[in-house]
Amino acid sequence: MTANLHPGLNLGESHGAAHPASENRVFGFWVFLMSDLITFGILFATYAASGTPMGLAGGPGPAQLFDLTSVALQTAFLLASSLTCGMASLSMKAHAGAGRIALWLLVTALLGGGFLMLELSDFASMLAQGAGPARSGWLSGFFALVGLHGLHITAGLLWIGVLLGLLAVQGLSDRVKTRLLLFALYWHFLDLVWIGIFSIVFLRGLA
Amino acid sequence: MSGLFGHLDWTVTPFAAAIADPGTNTFVAAGAAGLVVLGAVALLGFLTWFRLWGPLWRDWLTSADHKKIGVMYCVIGIVMLARGVAEGAVMRAHQAMALNGGPLSAEHFAELFSTHGTIMILFVAAPLVIGLINIVVPLQIGARDMAFPVMNQVSLGLTAAGAALLMISLVIGRFETGGWSAYPPYTGRVFSPGEGPDYWIWSVVPAGIGSMLSGINFAVTIYKCRAPGMTYMRMPLFTWTALCAAIMLVYAMPPVTVSSLMLALDRYAGFHFFTNDLGGNMMNYANIFWMFGHPEVYILVLPAYGVWSEVSATFSAKTLYGYPSLVIATMAIAVIAFTVWLHHFFTMGQSASVNIAFGIATMIIAVPTGVKVYDWMATLWRGRIRMTVPMVYLTGFFILFVIGGLTGVILANPTIDYQVHNTLFLVAHFHNVLIPGVLFAMLAGIHYWFPKVFGFRLHETWGKRAAWLWIVGFCVTFLPLYALGLMGMPRRSSSFADPAFVPLQLVAGAGAVIILLALAATLVCYGVSIRQRGTLAVPFGDPWDGRTLEWAMPAPAPEWNFAVIPAVAARDAFWAEKTGGDPYVAPERYEDIELPRPTALGLVICVATTAAGFALTWHIWWLALSGLVGIGLAVMVRAFATQTTRVLPAAEVAVHHGRWLEAVHTARGITRDAEDSPANRGLAAPDTEVTP
Amino acid sequence: MTEIDRDRGRYLIGAGLSALLTILAFAAVALGLSRGVALGIIGVTAVAQVIVQLRCFLHIDFSRQKREDLQLILFSLLLLAIMAGGTLWILANLAQRMM
Ligand code: HEM
Ligand SMILES: [Cu+2]
Repeated sequence: MTANLHPGLNLGESHGAAHPASENRVFGFWVFLMSDLITFGILFATYAASGTPMGLAGGPGPAQLFDLTSVALQTAFLLASSLTCGMASLSMKAHAGAGRIALWLLVTALLGGGFLMLELSDFASMLAQGAGPARSGWLSGFFALVGLHGLHITAGLLWIGVLLGLLAVQGLSDRVKTRLLLFALYWHFLDLVWIGIFSIVFLRGLA
Repeated sequence: MSGLFGHLDWTVTPFAAAIADPGTNTFVAAGAAGLVVLGAVALLGFLTWFRLWGPLWRDWLTSADHKKIGVMYCVIGIVMLARGVAEGAVMRAHQAMALNGGPLSAEHFAELFSTHGTIMILFVAAPLVIGLINIVVPLQIGARDMAFPVMNQVSLGLTAAGAALLMISLVIGRFETGGWSAYPPYTGRVFSPGEGPDYWIWSVVPAGIGSMLSGINFAVTIYKCRAPGMTYMRMPLFTWTALCAAIMLVYAMPPVTVSSLMLALDRYAGFHFFTNDLGGNMMNYANIFWMFGHPEVYILVLPAYGVWSEVSATFSAKTLYGYPSLVIATMAIAVIAFTVWLHHFFTMGQSASVNIAFGIATMIIAVPTGVKVYDWMATLWRGRIRMTVPMVYLTGFFILFVIGGLTGVILANPTIDYQVHNTLFLVAHFHNVLIPGVLFAMLAGIHYWFPKVFGFRLHETWGKRAAWLWIVGFCVTFLPLYALGLMGMPRRSSSFADPAFVPLQLVAGAGAVIILLALAATLVCYGVSIRQRGTLAVPFGDPWDGRTLEWAMPAPAPEWNFAVIPAVAARDAFWAEKTGGDPYVAPERYEDIELPRPTALGLVICVATTAAGFALTWHIWWLALSGLVGIGLAVMVRAFATQTTRVLPAAEVAVHHGRWLEAVHTARGITRDAEDSPANRGLAAPDTEVTP
Repeated sequence: MTEIDRDRGRYLIGAGLSALLTILAFAAVALGLSRGVALGIIGVTAVAQVIVQLRCFLHIDFSRQKREDLQLILFSLLLLAIMAGGTLWILANLAQRMM
């Protein structure tokens, strides 16, 4: 097995210069993700600290607002998309061709899109019950944390669009390969954050 | 209301206010705004008259060369320093007359300390530190550039956007009045409905993101781009401090970005993070803000320590004393700095046990700094000391910074802090560490590395005048504030009723005049040096008999830094070569060099961010959206670029390097006695007095 | 077995384990276990799932190569603990004193 140069799937020796060339970029992106982790961490702490009677301000709480089934579905979508994203990386590593990679990316995007639709419909139903972010400090914390994750997913979908464009225009150049590696890291990282969200926000709220 | 121009109309400029309500207060504001406008017009005129637009565009704005980017950071820092010092002087003048009143309105005074603080920390100290790291680190570790040259440009663009917005706020509308920390609920929309806090938010957020990106860039560069043989324990100390500061930037900038954006959500979208009602918790703002704020001061001061390390070793011609202890102390500070943030709000109401935990952590962090001061003094001990400009600053630093540090330890005791917090004692303390600690180091660092970037030394006599004026000016301005604080004068007071404060206020006011002279002398020093660049030129590149790799190349350093990537065999790599043999030998062969191509990405993002920030401040939604979409599009389009580097043929490098080597071999070096004479062309001869 | 097969196996195992752990956590809530027990299960499965995904999806391990990435994660977790834990400590203390 070849040495791991950086987090995430490594291209390996069969990719020649692209393998070591990706090292700095992937490592740098990993540093960025760690910085992003702090961002989420602060919002997690803010959310957790606002779950007091004062933070709820007499408004609705987790039991009235959260829908376990929908959250379970979202989790399933995201986990599946993490796997398909891994398959995209794997196709690249196995030299399976741009078409196969694009296909896996599309599946990833569909699953991610499904996640987002469900999340947005949950948000909409909360708003309909008068439980928007302006209702209470706790709801502000909720929407900021979960919403930021949703924004990241949205950005990821745009990124998939750019990757598909790049694959179409430039094929599998070394630069495109590195970008695919970065995207995979990003997408897996979002699933990690989601573990925190469904555990700390939803499950803990409903337990 | 939000039409095409949002909340903008003709009444928002200070000129309108000066016409409507003439008086000292409005004239000062209008004068400042006039200066900004005049300055901008003069700059545009200058560029046009001397036909500098082309070179500015080609050589600077689109360049991805780390040295150029570093210089542009420093230029931002110096320009903003001029504004910040001017504001400081205006505040001192006002307070000197503020017994039962004072010339400025309370609100105007509040705007002054808010812009002054924001500018000094985020747009003076930070750009100078980041600029210097940019210039120096790749040279010290034997790299051709930063790991991500284009992202480096983007960082600069974001910082510049924040600075631009701060300048715009002088002319259009008003800045925030809640201090540089902008605590809600006062800065929330209930108490500050105007544009002020929005200006603050949209200048801080881009600068914060830009600094975070710089941190990533520096960290990856130092981790991954070192020359062969440059092991961690051979890295020059400035690089070590840069590495620690970079890692801190990565983790300390997210809090301020988050807290500012949360404040923005409160203000724009009615969220309740920090409001008085419906479950808001304003104490969380202080908490998050200082999770950034405290590490930030160490982000600023660690590289300053790095400068002192280089300066003390070079100008005493000795190896740095206690290198491992300096490294360990740096790392210890970088970690402990994340555990002390609560000392900025000891009085917020948490229990004594929480306070004492953070108090103890704060006292502990003074220990590694103490270690460092001893190391520097031991470095100087029996060295071949030359009292050059950086050494004058170092002397000032030694004495003054220790006083500032000790008052910090005093403040670390919560019981004492309860007495003196929010007084001028605190103002004295933080200026006492920031000015001798950070600002002196940056001025010294600029003096030290200037020749490497521009090819000529700075004028020593003017430099020394400036240094002494800074030192004396600092003492006269800020030491009295300790006493005033202990007498009970609160900080941020636009007026006071106790005549006992007047005498020391007058002293401090006089000190501010000396500081203005110091600023002027600094600028004169740069000007005079540019005029005399012929006699001050040091083309051979080693004016101070330097010890680290950056001195092993011509001055100005070529765009590609190293003709061949050096193989490092020792700490103080260049010194080892000089003492061990001939450092100026031609390599066996040269190779093609890959350099980043110029790109306008950073500039595009700068313009789009400025526009978006301005538009958000004034609720001009179409422009805000265009700006944000513009940023996104710029990044996406950039992803499709394929020609991002260009190749410099080996032959060209060989010619350039060969010519320099030849010149070096025919030149005569100078001993340290002639360091400050026109004979110093940047080639050092062995100095008999030197003990290693 | 080729390297690719091994890699694919690793992704599949990761996804399988993650699914299992997720189901456990959701079941703890859906079945209405007592709050203390449920929270325990949620916490343990969450940590386990993070480790599984770091290992299987992000390929982080303890092998003695360049270990900057693992150091980075551990350092990040330390700072996360300091910042998030500190926030909770401070704000809880303040909340308690305002009762
Ligand atoms: C060089 C001459 C300087 C002068 C004359 C000066 C003067 C002042 C004055 C009068 C205040 C207001 C004090 C009060 O609250 O009553 C102030 C605040 C402050 N200064 Fe300076 N200062 C100088 C340099 C600096 C530098 C170099 C820094 C940082 C690198 C700095 C950072 C600050 C900060 C953070 C505040 C607090 C602002 C606030 O209250 O929110 N100052 N300064
Ligand atoms: Cu502090």
